[in-house]
Amino acid sequence: MFSIIRSMWIVFLHMFHKRETILYPEVKNKLTTRWRGRIVLTRDPDMGERCVGCYLCAAACPVDCISLQATEDEHGRRYPEFFRINFSRCIFCGYCEEACPTYAIQLIPDFEMGEYNRQNLVYEKADLLIDGPGKYHGYNYYNVAGIAIGGKDKGQAENENPPVDIKSLIP
Amino acid sequence: MDEVTQHHLLVVVGVLAALLTVAPGLIWLERRLLALWQDRYGPNRAGPFGVLIVLADTIKLFFKEDWIPPFADKFVFVLAPAIVAISVLMSFVIIPFAPGVIVMDINIGILFFLAMSSMGAYSIILGGWASNNKYALLGSMRGAAQMISYEVFMGLALMGDVLLAGSFSLNDIVEAQRGMWFVVPQFLGFAIFLIAGIAETHRLPFDIPESESELVAGFHSEYSGMKFGMFFVGEYLGITLISCLVVSLYFGGWLGPDFLPPIVWFSLKTFGFIGLFILLRASLPRPRYDQLMDYGWKILLPVTLLNLMVTAFIVLMKTDPLW
Repeated sequence: MFSIIRSMWIVFLHMFHKRETILYPEVKNKLTTRWRGRIVLTRDPDMGERCVGCYLCAAACPVDCISLQATEDEHGRRYPEFFRINFSRCIFCGYCEEACPTYAIQLIPDFEMGEYNRQNLVYEKADLLIDGPGKYHGYNYYNVAGIAIGGKDKGQAENENPPVDIKSLIP
Repeated sequence: MDEVTQHHLLVVVGVLAALLTVAPGLIWLERRLLALWQDRYGPNRAGPFGVLIVLADTIKLFFKEDWIPPFADKFVFVLAPAIVAISVLMSFVIIPFAPGVIVMDINIGILFFLAMSSMGAYSIILGGWASNNKYALLGSMRGAAQMISYEVFMGLALMGDVLLAGSFSLNDIVEAQRGMWFVVPQFLGFAIFLIAGIAETHRLPFDIPESESELVAGFHSEYSGMKFGMFFVGEYLGITLISCLVVSLYFGGWLGPDFLPPIVWFSLKTFGFIGLFILLRASLPRPRYDQLMDYGWKILLPVTLLNLMVTAFIVLMKTDPLW
């Protein structure tokens, strides 16, 4: 009997407690930088596309929501001809970001992607590509990779020795 | 139309309008208060403080498919929700809201209320029976047992009041409380009537006929649309009725200091008890079915009888010249 009245009193005192609800559209929750939200494609510091069309993200995706077609420009840089993410399927697991060898695909702290039309959730490359390096500021894939592209020959990357001249006898 | 008829009509229409406004308002009030006691906000978007949620709910209920199951007993199925609303609304006939504002001052007022609340039990029984559904039947069986057993000492608890006031009319009972509210000499009666009243309206924690965690929705599992709405409104009217009765019987009804009009005093007290009902819902768990029955028959009934006997003894001592 006493415990019933006591629990009623305790519940009554909750009247004076602070409310836990976050009034969402007006007040927004703080999202950390590691939050896995909307997926973006990032660019190099010199504004070249980072994505090299290796298909690793598409292969890692557990729900097969990424589709792309790789192609090559006149400088020998690979880039995706189209890059399509179906966000109505995406489960925001972040495996694509982990799989990406060039830090191109990244998940950012934004989740407000509601649409009235389901088809609008299919994001094309133009929707995905951002004008910035995302979370990795100084990183430029072609500057650390050994592959030769137009304007950068073999041996010119950072921490890379010039290639050995196999036709010369000089050590 | 003469003066008296006009006054009667005004009272009837006024009371009906007030009640049919209060009942949906309580849905909003309950959700807001529950939220307050659970550190939430509750409905706060539609209109000021979310009051228009009631309107939205009503529109939603009207547009729901009003489905009668093919296996149901159709006539009784339709009848049951009407019974609950009618019987509860009829009970309000005897409540004195203010001096002169009473639909009908019957000299057997309390008996009339008890009869009407027994009628209310039929809506549960018939609703559950006509649904032809196992859960609904279980719910209505529980409801029948609960309401019948709690009605016994609900009536007995009121008899203390009747003894003190010497009348079955609620108007006389309120008048008899001018010196002292009956909650003081009849505290046990008040406590028991309140508990029985909660059980009678099958509100939480005594919502055993419904018990949505065990029986889907109990006796109204098969109801949808406005038929469900009637049960819903009936429940909230029931809360209002029991609060009004507790106030009239034990807390002096419309009596109060002069700086506020009687009707305001009555409403204030009533809403206090409605708040208590909601607080009960926010804080207490539902007892088991057999616990409820044990509690009723083994504790509350003997205590009520004792209360009645002691009251009768004291009243006799005071009034009988032989003592």
